[in-house]
Amino acid sequence: MTLSTDPDAIQELTVEELRAKFGTGMEIAGDEEYMLLSMGPQHPSTHGVLRLLLELDGETVVNLAPDIGFLHTGIEKTMESKRYTLGLVLTDRMDYLSPMSNNLGYILAVEKLLGVEATPRAQVIRVILTELARVSSHLVWLGTHALDLAAMSVFLYCFREREYILDIFEMVAGQRMMVSYFRPGGLWRDLPEEFEPAVRKFLEFMPSRIADYEALTKNNPIWLDRTKGVGVVSAEQAVAWGMTGPSLRGSGVNWDIRKAQPYSGYEQYDFDVPLETDGDVYARYRCRMEEMRQSLRIIEQGLDNLPDGPVNIDDPKIVPPPRSELGHSMEAVIHHFKLWTEGFDAPEGFVYQSVESPRGEFACYLRGDGGPKPARVHFRTPSYVNLASLPIMSKGAFVADVVAIIGSIDIVLGEIDR
Amino acid sequence: MTTSQIALWGLVVGFIITLIMVTGFAYTTLFERKLLARLQVRFGPNRVGYIPIPSRKGKERKLLGGFMQPAADAVKLFMKEDMTPAKVDRVVYFIAPMMAVFTAIAILAVIPWAGKLPGLPAQYEYFAIAPGINVGVLYVLAITSLGVYGIVLAGWASNNKYAVLGGIRATAQMISYELAMGLTILVPIMLADSMDMGQIVAGQKGMWYIFLQPIAAIVFWIVIMAELQRAPFDMSEAEQELSAGFSVEYGSMRFGMFFMAEYMKMIIFSAIFAVFFLGGYRGPFVDQFPVLGLVYTTLKIIFGLFLMIWIRASLPRLRYDQLMAFGWKRLLPISVINFIVVGVAIVLVEEGVFDSLIRSIQQAIPFLG
Repeated sequence: MTLSTDPDAIQELTVEELRAKFGTGMEIAGDEEYMLLSMGPQHPSTHGVLRLLLELDGETVVNLAPDIGFLHTGIEKTMESKRYTLGLVLTDRMDYLSPMSNNLGYILAVEKLLGVEATPRAQVIRVILTELARVSSHLVWLGTHALDLAAMSVFLYCFREREYILDIFEMVAGQRMMVSYFRPGGLWRDLPEEFEPAVRKFLEFMPSRIADYEALTKNNPIWLDRTKGVGVVSAEQAVAWGMTGPSLRGSGVNWDIRKAQPYSGYEQYDFDVPLETDGDVYARYRCRMEEMRQSLRIIEQGLDNLPDGPVNIDDPKIVPPPRSELGHSMEAVIHHFKLWTEGFDAPEGFVYQSVESPRGEFACYLRGDGGPKPARVHFRTPSYVNLASLPIMSKGAFVADVVAIIGSIDIVLGEIDR
Repeated sequence: MTTSQIALWGLVVGFIITLIMVTGFAYTTLFERKLLARLQVRFGPNRVGYIPIPSRKGKERKLLGGFMQPAADAVKLFMKEDMTPAKVDRVVYFIAPMMAVFTAIAILAVIPWAGKLPGLPAQYEYFAIAPGINVGVLYVLAITSLGVYGIVLAGWASNNKYAVLGGIRATAQMISYELAMGLTILVPIMLADSMDMGQIVAGQKGMWYIFLQPIAAIVFWIVIMAELQRAPFDMSEAEQELSAGFSVEYGSMRFGMFFMAEYMKMIIFSAIFAVFFLGGYRGPFVDQFPVLGLVYTTLKIIFGLFLMIWIRASLPRLRYDQLMAFGWKRLLPISVINFIVVGVAIVLVEEGVFDSLIRSIQQAIPFLG
């Protein structure tokens, strides 16, 4: 294709050309009366590089087609050439707003394939950190959702608290976002001493901060106007389109992996699954706000009942020996060398493990072929499935509503395109 | 005074006031950025330009950090390449930002800034570019209605779908609040029995109209926010929906002109609100020292700007159909009823029904001048 500076050379694509470009899955009426509007991939409110093709009648959306793939990084394929432990760092990069949940889903799958289970202490720590990640992810969601509706102060208040959580992550894992803290058989290392006071302080101030956010949004008449009755999806539709997470629970379907298929000891915690029945943007907002409070409850219970003991299982074939042993134990040196050059072999077979990520059901399908690398990895990512229901939610809405709806299903493009 | 002297007065004073406003607009942006930052736990611009104060411990203290930021912004805007996208309607594209700025500056003519300053020509009752225009309020209404043309034409000429949507939203917005605006402005006109801005201010001696007519004041304030296209009514530029709406294809100082128009209008409408409801340049001792009028006007303008920025920091944006519903179904009935009530009340007052009540209120609040 040659670039031309002649203004007449700039042509708009016809509907047929657009169809050819988009492939199947796009509904476009192609009516002369409608205006085609391309929203994104560079757009302030599509939460990354999502592109939407809108067919508008005035400002009313007649049809909407999401166009994804601008952030395709080939994570699943790359993981086939990485050893099980090394593949972990790639999972951070999918849902970069809650890497702990991704880590957990992948690590649980690996452990399931290996047939081992983490120590009680490691399990509790995993739960605490995953719930912290849920709060931080919901804070980003609330901030960006409010920013989409132009309530810009909420965004900065949310990021203030998120910074605190990221500081905790840095304290624990050495990284603020790409933590890679959970390892097969346990954790990278035990929690530092400062962890508990820091989290206790967080638990102390966070409920009042959540109340602050709600003061700015929950009963604000403009907020209610913009969110109530917008983007309604019924329970049947939500289930049929495979929605999960708070987006599904906003429609009144009680489905939370933490309760339905408990993992990592979630059955020991006392928490509620917030439910709303309206299925609109406001219901999803209410669900997520309440979920933050429930997460705080889980974190508190985890801290109160944090057992002592090792954080790693006693299996030198999977877990590397501590540094201190390398100086005087030949066996430890051999294990260390083997682990760092070859990794561990996982048995043949496949596993499927799902966890409740902040966005919904995050699942990992893992097939081992007996070697140190997985034969196939596939992730069922909640954003990808939830995005599919965007067209049914948006039809008949206004352009301004589309922005609110995208915000309410809380998508992360890194997770969609993988 | 002869006609030529009146014209010379308008030219000289208008030139000075326009220059002051251009500087004032630049510092309004700084004020907004700083205040918004403070409301949002940030610092705001604090790098460009400061007054260094050496302290005894050898550490340099910085005073007024960031006060040159508007100059830096202006330089940046002027230095940028002035691009004209292909396939725009060139003439309209060039005219649109000028129209926006023109209307913003033109309203300045009738705003009274102070009372009878020393040195003012004898027949002028107050200090303004064009004092004593007996249809001043009508002039304000006419010019503000023209203001929307800048936005609509910019949206249309840009040959961009987002810009067109922004322009359409601006028109829809304008027709839904203009009626309420006109009806609310009638209230101070009826109370002062004049359309001269100076007479309206003079009529508020002893009693600001905001205390007589809080409903009209609130409705007028909401309408001002809509007229200015500022949050929560900024759907014509709606950064999150239309990326920048009508100004999406504009760059360099052409964009700067839209920006300038918006911020100058912020100042001007704060002043107009002050004139209609906050007693304009009136305040304690203003009759003895007319120069104080300038101070009071400035303070009232800053108060208005503060309110605007505060509202922007707190509220989400309305959808444009909700604004139309709000304008037609809420503001219009409220202002109609209020208008009728005020009309009836004025007749009753003239008949002398409320005399004792007004006197007691005036005694209770004597400082209003």
